[in-house]
Amino acid sequence: MSVIAVATGRGAWARLGAGIRHHKMASFGAGIVILMVLSALLAPWLAPHDPLEQDVLLRLASPSADFPLGNDSFGRDILARILWGGRVSLYVSTLSVLIAIFVGGALGILAGYIGGLFDRVLMAAMDVLLSFPTLVMGLLVVAMMGPTVGNLILAITLTAVAPFARIARAPTLTVKERDFVEAGRALGFSHLRIMVVHILPNVLDDILVMGALWLATAIRTEASLSFIGLGVRPPTASWGGMIREGFENILDAPWLAIFPSIAILVVMFGLNMLGDGLRDTSDPRLRHE
Amino acid sequence: MLPYIVKRLLVAVPTLLAVLTVVFFFVRIAPGDPAFIILGDQASPQALAAVRHELGLDQPMAVQYVDFMSTVLKGDLGTSLVTHRSVWGEIANVLPYTIELTLSALVIGVVIGLPLGVAAARHRNEALDYAARLFSLAGLSFPAFVSAIMLLLAFAIELHWFPVISEGRPGDPWSRVNALVLPAVNLGLIMVAYVMRVTRSSMLGVLGEDYIRTARSKGVPARVVIWRHALGNAMIPVVTVVGLYLGVLIGNSVLTEIVFNRPGLGKLIVNSLNQRDYTMLEGLMVIYAFFIVIANLLTDLTYGLVDPRVSQR
Repeated sequence: MSVIAVATGRGAWARLGAGIRHHKMASFGAGIVILMVLSALLAPWLAPHDPLEQDVLLRLASPSADFPLGNDSFGRDILARILWGGRVSLYVSTLSVLIAIFVGGALGILAGYIGGLFDRVLMAAMDVLLSFPTLVMGLLVVAMMGPTVGNLILAITLTAVAPFARIARAPTLTVKERDFVEAGRALGFSHLRIMVVHILPNVLDDILVMGALWLATAIRTEASLSFIGLGVRPPTASWGGMIREGFENILDAPWLAIFPSIAILVVMFGLNMLGDGLRDTSDPRLRHE
Repeated sequence: MLPYIVKRLLVAVPTLLAVLTVVFFFVRIAPGDPAFIILGDQASPQALAAVRHELGLDQPMAVQYVDFMSTVLKGDLGTSLVTHRSVWGEIANVLPYTIELTLSALVIGVVIGLPLGVAAARHRNEALDYAARLFSLAGLSFPAFVSAIMLLLAFAIELHWFPVISEGRPGDPWSRVNALVLPAVNLGLIMVAYVMRVTRSSMLGVLGEDYIRTARSKGVPARVVIWRHALGNAMIPVVTVVGLYLGVLIGNSVLTEIVFNRPGLGKLIVNSLNQRDYTMLEGLMVIYAFFIVIANLLTDLTYGLVDPRVSQR
């Protein structure tokens, strides 16, 4: 069954892929995102120094030939920490968005497909989840459960499940009335098969587009929590944590906060351009614009 | 309109109850014994039991739940575990700061974002449109604390135009306004981006409608077509987005308050997190959720105002 799901799911991927190639902004954004992913994956080989190596003599040193982005308050190499911090950001945000897509998408399709009381109760529960501001919810989950990477992922996932459930439910409602679903049922297909093989591919476009935009939100939430001091524990490098340390030394060494900020901004721009472009190309109402 | 308002109010009540239930279980499910956390691991069993009793944690879950709901609904949020003062009192002390910050950001967002979005839609694919779209992309991309740090660095630290600590001196209203400018601009610009974006796309949709062409062809002045005929219908998605992003605004206000060292719910929440002040956190969650429920309610009521069809349904 999974083979069938993948085979039919490829339609959405191929459509989006073609959309990206024909959309200047989306391909530019995709380029930035690919660079970010590569630099994060290759951080151990790209980073000129160990991100945890301290050197008292280089405390708050300004950019130099050997340390092109300078050193932080422990004399650690900022360039190396930005590269390694990207790994953490990417890992936390990708994993939480994937889980949210899976759980939220499944709940949304189920709610739309089953309908009735189940739908109403589930969507009411999602509304309650949405009643907490993303960041405040993330803050409280991490604060209550303890600041570990696992809890960070849980916190971001929790804030993203409800939006994905909503976006998956809406098209399910219309798709399930279509003839091919009726035909599937007449042929005696199981509900699971109808949902996975016939409904999922029709919902996937919307989910994937929102996935790109939520990846940006997830990176932002992770950075915000680390900035508040509830994210990845020091000494592990994370962009939000680096900005926090930089902010504490903002008068003496402003570049400490500025360089990781630029890193976040570049990735955010990339993801938002990609997400916007994808939305333009996947929304038929906007396509002929 | 009145039946619509009553209906919306009645829908908000169960949502609020559900949200309170989530807050209750959320705080209870979290690992770690609050008594243990308050007293530390050196505490005697008697002391721990005493604190548990004080917090009502020795009661069965159902009793705790009824207790919690009835006190919260009476407007009593308990006393802080750390300062032993009333949670509501502590919140009420800083609440005006957060409210003035979020409201001014909202006003900035709507007052600038709406005309900008309309202008971008009218001058589609011209320089103004590209500039507005670039700006909105930037607004969506900037984490609130990053833009806050940059504003602080430029206008408070380098140029000295505004204070670094945005609290304002008591009894000096001008200093309070002055202290509000940078934080409000920071939150406001992000809001402008959201409002501008949705206004633009909504206007683009409406401007293609037949009734707009009709209005134009019968000689209605362009200004009236845009602001009366088109914007009237284009407002509905704008209201949705403004309502939806109130949550984002509240979240961002936490970060803004931290960077600008401003009193408010954000600083309160971070302090209580550091001190593990459970009752204070519970109270803050209740307040935040309450705000969102109110914001959703206001959004629904605004729908009724903007779109007469909604309230007649």
